[in-house]
Amino acid sequence: MSRPIIEVSHLSKRYTLGSIGATTIRDEWARLWSNLWRPPDGKADGASARLEPETKSFWALRDISFSVLPGEIVGLVGRNGAGKSTLLKILSRITEPSSGQAVLRGRVTSLLEVGTGFHPDLPGRENIYLNGAMLGMKTAEINRKFDEIVEFAEIRDFIDTPVKRYSSGMYVRLAFAVAAHLEPEILLVDEVLAVGDAAFQKKCLGKMGDVAKQGRTVLLVSHNMASILALCERAVLLGEGKLLDDGPAGDVVQKYLQAMASKEVVDLRSRQDRQGDGEARLTSFRIESEDSGDLIRSTSRIRLTLGYNGSRPLKFARFMVAIHDFRNTAIFLFDSGAAGGVPEQMPREGFVTCVTDPINLTPGRCYVNLAIFRGNSMSDHIEHAATFDVEADDVYGTGKVPQREEALCLLRQKWSFLGSEDDSPAEPKISSETPAAAGVR
Amino acid sequence: MNPAFSSERAVAGAGDYEVIIRPNTNWLRIDWRAVLEYRDLLYLLVRREFVSKYQQTLLGPSWFVFQPLLSTFVFVIFQVVAKISTDALPPVLFNLCGLLAWNYFATNLMAASNTFTNNSQLFGKVYFPRMIVPLSLVISNLAAFGLQFLMFLGFFGYYKIFTSHGHTFAMGWSALFLPLLVLHVGVLSLGVSLWMSALTSKYRDLWHLLQFITQLWMFGSAVIIPLSAVPARWQWAANFNPMVAVVESYRYCLLGRGTVTVASILISAAISILALISGALIFQRTERTFIDTV
Repeated sequence: MSRPIIEVSHLSKRYTLGSIGATTIRDEWARLWSNLWRPPDGKADGASARLEPETKSFWALRDISFSVLPGEIVGLVGRNGAGKSTLLKILSRITEPSSGQAVLRGRVTSLLEVGTGFHPDLPGRENIYLNGAMLGMKTAEINRKFDEIVEFAEIRDFIDTPVKRYSSGMYVRLAFAVAAHLEPEILLVDEVLAVGDAAFQKKCLGKMGDVAKQGRTVLLVSHNMASILALCERAVLLGEGKLLDDGPAGDVVQKYLQAMASKEVVDLRSRQDRQGDGEARLTSFRIESEDSGDLIRSTSRIRLTLGYNGSRPLKFARFMVAIHDFRNTAIFLFDSGAAGGVPEQMPREGFVTCVTDPINLTPGRCYVNLAIFRGNSMSDHIEHAATFDVEADDVYGTGKVPQREEALCLLRQKWSFLGSEDDSPAEPKISSETPAAAGVR
Repeated sequence: MNPAFSSERAVAGAGDYEVIIRPNTNWLRIDWRAVLEYRDLLYLLVRREFVSKYQQTLLGPSWFVFQPLLSTFVFVIFQVVAKISTDALPPVLFNLCGLLAWNYFATNLMAASNTFTNNSQLFGKVYFPRMIVPLSLVISNLAAFGLQFLMFLGFFGYYKIFTSHGHTFAMGWSALFLPLLVLHVGVLSLGVSLWMSALTSKYRDLWHLLQFITQLWMFGSAVIIPLSAVPARWQWAANFNPMVAVVESYRYCLLGRGTVTVASILISAAISILALISGALIFQRTERTFIDTV
């Protein structure tokens, strides 16, 4: 019991940014050609410089060390891009580290996605075997658990139907059921609890709890602090590739939430790239969730707090906060001049705050521009004063989160079937929606 | 609570299974053990190939029969026009036999040379020995080979019984070597596919070139022009192309005519094994970090 089942020592992973050499023979040839015609010490002109590989790189993981004892359930927490998924990918042997090593003493299964390798043309039965085998189960093992899996997924009647005819709910249930019945000594899980409806999620949490009781070791990545607290005794906090904290789950989660919250206070006093007459300056900006006090989620109301400092008391001051997406599309403009609420006479320095309705934005990064006007003259204007991330939220209660690539905004909505033209009874419940599946070709 | 689990632990014995993850070590070690461990997955992938190819479409399997027939038709015309010898064999049988050997090779190449690019999505989500994928394709292509072999036997029977050419060819005991020859082609094509998979993961456009190379390769593989039609002083050059010995051996085993020596087939086998081992090494080298570059 004393020997750690997972031992990670000085693990680092460096990614090269930009293009890595040439990706086609044509490019390679063009590069060779341009190098031939250019003296080796000559200055690169624009065209050939573009053909040189970029050597910029960043460390996704930097010197990570920790160990996990058999039977422990450890949560991995951190912001987007902190290195959690990279760590799981290395431990799952999908990619290899740049330096350092990890020792895993037991059979490992990683669950980075549900339904990996599902083939839409094959029936549920075949997919259970295929998916199970990809996750490292032996056919004999699947045979033994087959009924249990089908029972868990609640798809008994459709077991011989091709999965492309499954509704997305059934698809996810089946996929998770296979994963939930794996019995490796080490289980690596990435965010997969975020799928399925609430009831099914609860069932999955229960199943994960059972897994723990059977003495298996679990490493779990989640953005859902509630499930981390429910499942893990211990948590590891990663930030910008480094290990920031390792300890009891309660403490680490607390620290994570604090870090998330305090990170949003931006000191603006040192910003030089301002416009305006300078009669009043913005000194600080803070954005936080008005609801849960931790992350800004898709349906959070947000609170914006601006600090200002002027050479004399402000008259007819107007504060503006513009929120943009990465394409610089304006999403919101919070304008005290239009909405009202700021007194006509204000002291020389102070703070103003603005609380919004639910923002209804899809998960992703947002950029903030700030400005103060006095009457019609602009006193201060800062572009890109701050950024913040909108975190995913189970808006619809289905576990399906709309993505930023699909749309910028989201609204709760209600769908129903009205009846068909000839008024015949509705089709049976198998929907024709085909969830995307990753498959071997 | 779950007796199956505890018994399995007892069998597996926690601790005797250890995986060490480290950067780029053991350049020269091929992890055959891992492939063996995932043999159930191999079986299921082969099965999946079958099902998706043969159950869903009617045209799929029939293509495997029509393609060699069409090629044979074209080759026969070419051989007649260009007055190329067919080793005194009926031209149809000569070509079908050569294509039997060649098609299995070429189909494998086309199917398995793009392993990384075709499966990048899957490979980013789950670990299993990547070699399983090309291996499963090479095995599942045996079905098409089987169909073509049956068709060959049909033509063989027809020519033997119903035509006056019956005495010009014969299938002897050497036909028993056929399984070995099939294995030989399998090893060579897997080796080349592993090389190509590693290369196409870096150079995406190599894939288009490959189709062209495969065409050219066929012309130099005694499929259309038998080795006996090549001037004797140039025949040594055939040793550089392992497919020549294979195609000639096919005709020797199935039709009793072929320019093949023990030495040439051994050289070909050696090249094939070398291709497989070096291919496996470069393939494993690629699989370690391939996913970082997609």
